[in-house]
Amino acid sequence: MTDLALPRTARLSAALPQYGVYAAVVVVLAFNAVFTDNFLTTANLRTQLIQVAPVLIVALGMAMVIGTEGVDLSVGSVMALSAAALPLYLGYGMGPAIVMALLTGLVVGAVNGLLVAVVGLQPIVATLALLVGGRGLALVLAGGRLKQIENTDLLALGSDDILGIPVVVVIAGVLSLAVGLLVSQTTYGRQLVAIGGNRAAATLAGLPVRRVLLGTYVLCAVLAALAGVLATARLTASDPSAIGNLMELSAITAVVVGGTPLSGGRIRVLGTVAGALLMQLLRATLISHNLSDSTAQMVQAAIILGAVYLARERRR
Amino acid sequence: MSTSTLAAPAPQRHEVPVEQPTRGERVAGLLQRHGALAVLAVVVVVASVRFPSFGTVGNFQGIAIQSAFLAIVALGMAFVIIGGGIDLSVGSVFALGGVLAAYGSRWGMLPALLLPLVVCGAIGLLNGFLIAKARLAPFIVTLASLLGARGLLLALTDEGSQTYLIEKGSAFAKLGQGTFLGLGYPVWLALLAFAVGGLLLQRTRYGQAVFAVGGSEQAAALMGLPVARIKLITYTASALLAGFAGALNAARLSSGVTILGVGMELDAIAAVVIGGTLLVGGAGSVSGTLCGVLLLGVIQNVINQIGTLDSSYQSVVSGAFLIVVVVVQTYLSRSQRLR
Repeated sequence: MTDLALPRTARLSAALPQYGVYAAVVVVLAFNAVFTDNFLTTANLRTQLIQVAPVLIVALGMAMVIGTEGVDLSVGSVMALSAAALPLYLGYGMGPAIVMALLTGLVVGAVNGLLVAVVGLQPIVATLALLVGGRGLALVLAGGRLKQIENTDLLALGSDDILGIPVVVVIAGVLSLAVGLLVSQTTYGRQLVAIGGNRAAATLAGLPVRRVLLGTYVLCAVLAALAGVLATARLTASDPSAIGNLMELSAITAVVVGGTPLSGGRIRVLGTVAGALLMQLLRATLISHNLSDSTAQMVQAAIILGAVYLARERRR
Repeated sequence: MSTSTLAAPAPQRHEVPVEQPTRGERVAGLLQRHGALAVLAVVVVVASVRFPSFGTVGNFQGIAIQSAFLAIVALGMAFVIIGGGIDLSVGSVFALGGVLAAYGSRWGMLPALLLPLVVCGAIGLLNGFLIAKARLAPFIVTLASLLGARGLLLALTDEGSQTYLIEKGSAFAKLGQGTFLGLGYPVWLALLAFAVGGLLLQRTRYGQAVFAVGGSEQAAALMGLPVARIKLITYTASALLAGFAGALNAARLSSGVTILGVGMELDAIAAVVIGGTLLVGGAGSVSGTLCGVLLLGVIQNVINQIGTLDSSYQSVVSGAFLIVVVVVQTYLSRSQRLR
């Protein structure tokens, strides 16, 4: 895009959706530095990062799916399924249990991917079915109740540090980097974006559309399953009725606020990271100023609309 | 406008060579439109034979009253989806409507109904405005109002800690609890809403315009249809119906409960889709939606009848059902299109 040829206001409105989210993160941090006591402390920032980690991991997968002009509503239920699968295999140790939990994600992702790529269902419907069914299945697997986690390895995953940084945050950071590279540096990443931009053209160009779509839904679900494992480790209990509730909304919000258009064809991984951080910081800010969770929700709603409105201006 | 076309001589059908659909295509079309009804009939017959307690009048009355509220919500959703959109906010609006109705009921029947309708109608109007005028994606707009309406609800009720009671025996409570000919008032109101909705969709210019907008917005605009106004009306109607259903439900429960309605948008979408309405818009029916709602209600009831089954199976079965129906529908509509 030849941005320089545009008048200044047009350049500004084009830059806003692209960089607005970073500016917003800076503004929120600056606001807190001045007006909120004990916000910019290591302890508080640590808490914020730990809380944002699972959302971010899910949002990374969601960003890829949205890049293909799809959406995955089943991520919250996948988290519940993976949380329910964990205690069933913890007897064999942490490793096998995590592998099995991720496998449940893989299976769900494969079902989503087959329905979208091969059967040709709309992504909303295909993943809606597993949003509805997945949580029920998780409750059935778990016998309908919460299970305390006693495996010390798994609990360490939720509470330990690597070089002073919480393990969950390190994992989220590494995954962000990996997904960023995957999208920008690999053939798969380019095919993904090409399919989202214009599926018919991608098909005509001979891209393996079905395979790429299938892979993307599988990747998204496996990331969600991993988020389920980490959330369970943090909670020190597997609670399939609560884990991942409304996660699909948080993830979509992070992706959209981060500047990835719902119409596909472009993925902003760094923007997604910033989007997830922004929503987390905002909620924390509002709550630390004694504004209730309900106000936080309404502010969140307004921000989603604002972000989408700005993105709309750009598409013209 | 239609008088002139009606007065014109009989259409000269013999001059235009219209390809008649083959028998297979006609069967496919019928199945797609009335599949939910067929499946509903089969499930009801099988369940009646298998479980003696299922086929009783009392049980059917129970299913009817339990389905009535979702039915009213799903009716609005059907219009939205046929018009090519989606409304994710109905669950929050349903809960908000219930709490507002309970709050208003202290001043009598009229405030109990007006308060939720005004507030929920305003939310629907905002949805419609952002979608129709600002041209934002329906998915995102109604996602935001899902959060916004739930936030408003929490703010109104002191973070959800308060439950507003409706005076027992008041006229408003009777609206939810009274019965006529063995069926609860909410059931009759739902049936009335569906009758009106069916007429609106099939027999009015507004209904035809909803189909046209859902089929192709551009074509509808080129035909001179007021696309923005039609969307505005549709989203407002959806929120009004959701708020009304919430108010009725509060009257039935004698209280406004803040935690209701979570995930209701998905049940409503599922009912609409199972009822043969395509999510791409431009096709569908309200009668199918009613069948979809009843089917979900019957599945829930049957799972309750099988006492040994966990109630979690209900969502597993609903989800599996949704997949099967949508996959079958996709193939059916494809076989009709590919000729």
